[in-house]
Amino acid sequence: MTQPENSLSAHDLACVRGHRTLFEHIHFTLTAGEWMYLRGSNGAGKTSMLRQLAGLAHPAAGSVRWNDEDIREAGDAYREALLFLGHHAALKEDLTPLENLCLAAALDGLALDEATALVALRRFGLKGREELPVKFLSQGQRRRVLLSRLLTRKASLWILDEPLAALDTRAVDLLGEVLADHVGRGGIAILTSHQAIPLPGGRELMLEGVA
Amino acid sequence: MNALLAVIRRDLLLALRRKSEALTALFFFVIVVSLFPLGIGPDPNLLRKIGPGVLWVAALLSTLLGLNRLFADDFADGTLEQMAVSPTPLGWLVAGKILAHWLVSGLPLVLLAPMLGLQFDLPVDALGLLTLGLLIGTPLLSMIGAIGAALTLGLRGGGALLSLIVLPLYVPALIFGAGAVEAQIAGLQAGGHLSLLAAMLALSVFFAPLAVTAAIRIALE
Amino acid sequence: MSSRLINWFRYSSPATFYPLAGKLIPWFAALAVLFGVAGLWVGFFVAPTDAQQGEGYRIIFLHVPASWMSMFIYMVMAFWSAVGLSLNTRLSGIMATALAPTGAIFTALSLITGSLWGKPMWGTWWIWDARLTSELLLFFLYLGYIALRAAIDDPRRADRACAVLALVGVVNIPVIYFSVQWWNTLHQGSSISLTRSPSMAHTMLLGMLLVALAAWMYSIAVALTRARAIILERERHTDWVVRLPELNA
Repeated sequence: MTQPENSLSAHDLACVRGHRTLFEHIHFTLTAGEWMYLRGSNGAGKTSMLRQLAGLAHPAAGSVRWNDEDIREAGDAYREALLFLGHHAALKEDLTPLENLCLAAALDGLALDEATALVALRRFGLKGREELPVKFLSQGQRRRVLLSRLLTRKASLWILDEPLAALDTRAVDLLGEVLADHVGRGGIAILTSHQAIPLPGGRELMLEGVA
Repeated sequence: MNALLAVIRRDLLLALRRKSEALTALFFFVIVVSLFPLGIGPDPNLLRKIGPGVLWVAALLSTLLGLNRLFADDFADGTLEQMAVSPTPLGWLVAGKILAHWLVSGLPLVLLAPMLGLQFDLPVDALGLLTLGLLIGTPLLSMIGAIGAALTLGLRGGGALLSLIVLPLYVPALIFGAGAVEAQIAGLQAGGHLSLLAAMLALSVFFAPLAVTAAIRIALE
Repeated sequence: MSSRLINWFRYSSPATFYPLAGKLIPWFAALAVLFGVAGLWVGFFVAPTDAQQGEGYRIIFLHVPASWMSMFIYMVMAFWSAVGLSLNTRLSGIMATALAPTGAIFTALSLITGSLWGKPMWGTWWIWDARLTSELLLFFLYLGYIALRAAIDDPRRADRACAVLALVGVVNIPVIYFSVQWWNTLHQGSSISLTRSPSMAHTMLLGMLLVALAAWMYSIAVALTRARAIILERERHTDWVVRLPELNA
């Protein structure tokens, strides 16, 4: 499972919103087994940077490289390696957590059997709620359904936007374990959070805004 | 390919859990078509003449009704974003969504059209031609409409704007679709109309997913 | 506030374009007046009175050039859109935006002159003639384009979304045109054949060409003026705009 050759790097990355430069001249390289904690105040451009790293937004300048290849060229190969979980839960209200999880996997072209999906959901404390439409779940429970994808989708790069939002302490600890597991197996992770992350050894990147 | 089927299954499942939306568009179609004889008068000759055009215009309008929901829900809850970062090419997922949209909103129109055509006293072979034309034409409407739906994602006044963008592009489909039936009633060959309609469908199968994918990526940025 | 324009304008910088356009506008405006006067003079005084249609036919000196321009401008818009999408240049989106209202105005002019001409000829303001109908649909395409642009706040998204729409439109224009022709022959509608009148003399063609040239020059002048305004609006926070002498006068 270790893929020592994997690396994600940003070269001279910049983001402009309207007439404001949110950040510029961002450089970093993360290799297998490293994770990065992206920090900054509200509006500093954390989400914008994650979206650029995921290939959803064009950088105003600079490039993002996966294994030394521009992610625009890497295309499907990059998205194969990437798991991006954003602000939105990306869940269908009318479907159950189990259905949501299986369909999300199916859209990615993966077959996910129910047993594996159930194990993932139960690990995130959703036992007994697997067959309940998502509209009856609380905010924290919805986040847990989303985070279950960390267990069902194999990916070497995790980009997580505020994964700890709305989670209780037990779920936060659990996420720490899952992250440690991922990094321990040679995965790469980048995440933002306003709470402390229960995982040692991460690098930090502080977005301070451009004057 | 599996992912394509998965999207279709997913959207059908969602439509099944929310039956009212698809049914509303269908009833809209029926009501609009039934309004015309009330507004124009029950003269069978006149009705036979306007029937094909009325049914086609009503089909355009009721397709339009469901269009702004095509991507809007997935856009709002983040699913569209997940589709854009999925290893499956976005074009496939988009094609699946369009196909599912047609199955839910286009196919019922096709099946219902011959019955409504009877209200307009259309002869049997004209009814067959009308149904065949709609069978070729409604997927075309879904595909062109999807471009408009993707371009107007998350915008103010999305519905009206969508109509303004999409309706002029629907004109060729309307002309050839309704024209086929009119030609048939007038005793002319209708094959040319349908071939042209089919040619447009073939072209849009190729180009529409490209345009929709580009528009979705622009909207997500 | 950052003054750095990070790599936005790799190919064409608004800061260079703005003064250049300012210098060019008077020239194009002068040419437009020159060609316009010459064309109208030919149209009103040199061209002979039509044997069947009398003096009323002279409206073609406006109608035909307006129709030509309405289609030509959409092509140019589509061209800039394609450039903008493939090279990611900011100026292309600005040019496409600047052209759209002028194109819509010419389309409207073509429709109005067409129906003005139809009234004395057929006693009706509107005829579902193939060319007039295509022109009407082109007008709707322009309206859709302008409405989409107006609905998007972020200029970058507006440029790109409108570029996709313009390209979809330009692919569809031949299909629409052809289908309307087809529809027209099926229904045997009447046709205003302005340009095919038997007395179509060289002087008439000359007059129409001169007015078309005037319309072309006018379009360039107006589009450049509008592009300058859009640049000022979008770049109002940059140093070069703040330092512009005309804003500090």
